[in-house]
Amino acid sequence: MDYHIFREFADSWMLLFLTLVFCGVVLWAWRPGSRAVHDDSADIPFRHADKPAAKHR
Amino acid sequence: MWDYIKLALLGLVAVLAAIAASYGRDLAFSVNAIEVFIAAMIAFIWVLRGIDVPNTDPQNEYLDGVIRAGVVATMLWALVGFLVAVVIAWQLAFPVLNFEWAQGYLNFGKLRPLHTSAVIFAFGGNALIASSFYVVQRTSAARLFGGAGLGWFVFWGYNLFIVLAATGYILGATQSKEYAEPEWHVDLWLTIVWVAYLVAFLGTIFKRREPHIYVANWFYLAFIVTVAMLHIVNNISIPVSVFGSKSVQVFAGVQDAMTQWWYGHNAVGFFLTAGFLGMMYYFVPKQAQRPVYSYKLSIVHFWALIFLYIWAGPHHLHYTALPDWASTLGMVFSIMLWMPSWGGMINGLMTLSGAWDKLRTDPIIRMMVVSIGFYGMSTFEGPMMSIKAVNSLSHYTDWTIGHVHSGALGWNGMITFGVMYFLVPRLWGRERLYSLRAVNWHFWLATIGIVLYAASMWVTGIMEGLMWREVDSQGALVNAFADTVSAKFPMYVVRALGGVLYLAGSMIMAWNLWATVAKQPLATPQGQPVPAQ
Repeated sequence: MDYHIFREFADSWMLLFLTLVFCGVVLWAWRPGSRAVHDDSADIPFRHADKPAAKHR
Repeated sequence: MWDYIKLALLGLVAVLAAIAASYGRDLAFSVNAIEVFIAAMIAFIWVLRGIDVPNTDPQNEYLDGVIRAGVVATMLWALVGFLVAVVIAWQLAFPVLNFEWAQGYLNFGKLRPLHTSAVIFAFGGNALIASSFYVVQRTSAARLFGGAGLGWFVFWGYNLFIVLAATGYILGATQSKEYAEPEWHVDLWLTIVWVAYLVAFLGTIFKRREPHIYVANWFYLAFIVTVAMLHIVNNISIPVSVFGSKSVQVFAGVQDAMTQWWYGHNAVGFFLTAGFLGMMYYFVPKQAQRPVYSYKLSIVHFWALIFLYIWAGPHHLHYTALPDWASTLGMVFSIMLWMPSWGGMINGLMTLSGAWDKLRTDPIIRMMVVSIGFYGMSTFEGPMMSIKAVNSLSHYTDWTIGHVHSGALGWNGMITFGVMYFLVPRLWGRERLYSLRAVNWHFWLATIGIVLYAASMWVTGIMEGLMWREVDSQGALVNAFADTVSAKFPMYVVRALGGVLYLAGSMIMAWNLWATVAKQPLATPQGQPVPAQ
């Protein structure tokens, strides 16, 4: 694969793919029903400040 | 068994370093080899003394010893870096301070990379490593992967890298790439240390007890992985001799310039932004005692930053031999970066919504808020300066220096100070800081220092940009370069004064943190216990 083909691929299909991945990430973050999960994740710094957890949550 | 292998390895390293020191083709390389020899001998004795002592690695405690050392190192390197900063600021205002007896060692040209590396890699790097170890353990609810051995290797290995690099600069070993000055042998050592850092960090995430990886860790991980990639690609070079520090870059010409600024700008993006955003996403909620404003926004902030930053580098090379399309690409991505940056700023600031009263009572939260404010300001200024028309005025002027410092002193410095004030009482099991009044003094000295610095650099930068392009009715340039230099003198004095204030603030901080450990009583048992390790 020489530079030209590489470049052609990069600014067409790869660009499209990465843009779609990014849009997917944004949509996934705002998917319905994710609020509870995110509230739980946002709370992580307030657990286990002193000691590691004994087992998996 | 492992201890004996370590002893053999360290002995081998010491012997090889001694040989390298005597065969060294230049002073910097020989001195570096002697430093490696000394470090290997100290490590040898340390391993020897601990041999056959049962290795206790209590999984029910966090590994905080390394973090405490990291906090001390951060504070010491801050004082060194800021002191060198003030010296070179005065050297610019009064060239006579480039003393004749110290020419070739302590003149501006030698001290300037020492300053940038001391503040970015020594102060910032130690703060990032220490805080990332603190955050990844607590948000994973697991002890650091690799235990004390790996943690201490990362800490001492990284600080050895800094000492090697700093003595190299003074003695003349540099590959002349901005922010990537260390020569090949020092680069190789940093690569080893960085892989160990990645293993410790990622291993802790792998054994986490929380199902979700908290967003601060995403930013820290992006910082570690991307810096590894940048460091390796930008330092591809062939040494002239294994016993000499000189190496030759594999890239040449405009490709080398593009690689350098791909590295340089992403060092800003991933070292000074992503890593410190990791701090913001953990320590601002902790200090405000409220979860981050919007976790969804933090996810989008992360991915947008990661997707966009890596393309912004070419804006450092407007109007050079770089193809036009590349510099336009860099400009467009830099402007797009404005959005995720401000999304992150809003997320950080709004974490305080409903708790704004803390600004009045808590100087630590005030520091953090000002730092986020400077993050917002410099991430607006940066995209603006990347626009070609603006850049044609601002480039090569002191405006760039002012921009860098509003980001570095304001954003990186202030958030790190806040984190240090947060960490020290907790890490040493003290109930509170020795003096909140001193924190207040530090806050105001630092803030006024930054304002003096940034304002004087705006004035002098725009002035010199306008003077450079001023032409008379015949089309001839009006000003000689020396005219701009003499016109800038008052602003250089103001800038140096701003630096003095900032340094004074950090000295107050060092004293306050020392007094917190030395003079404050231990916290009561229901507070933070002091871990054994």
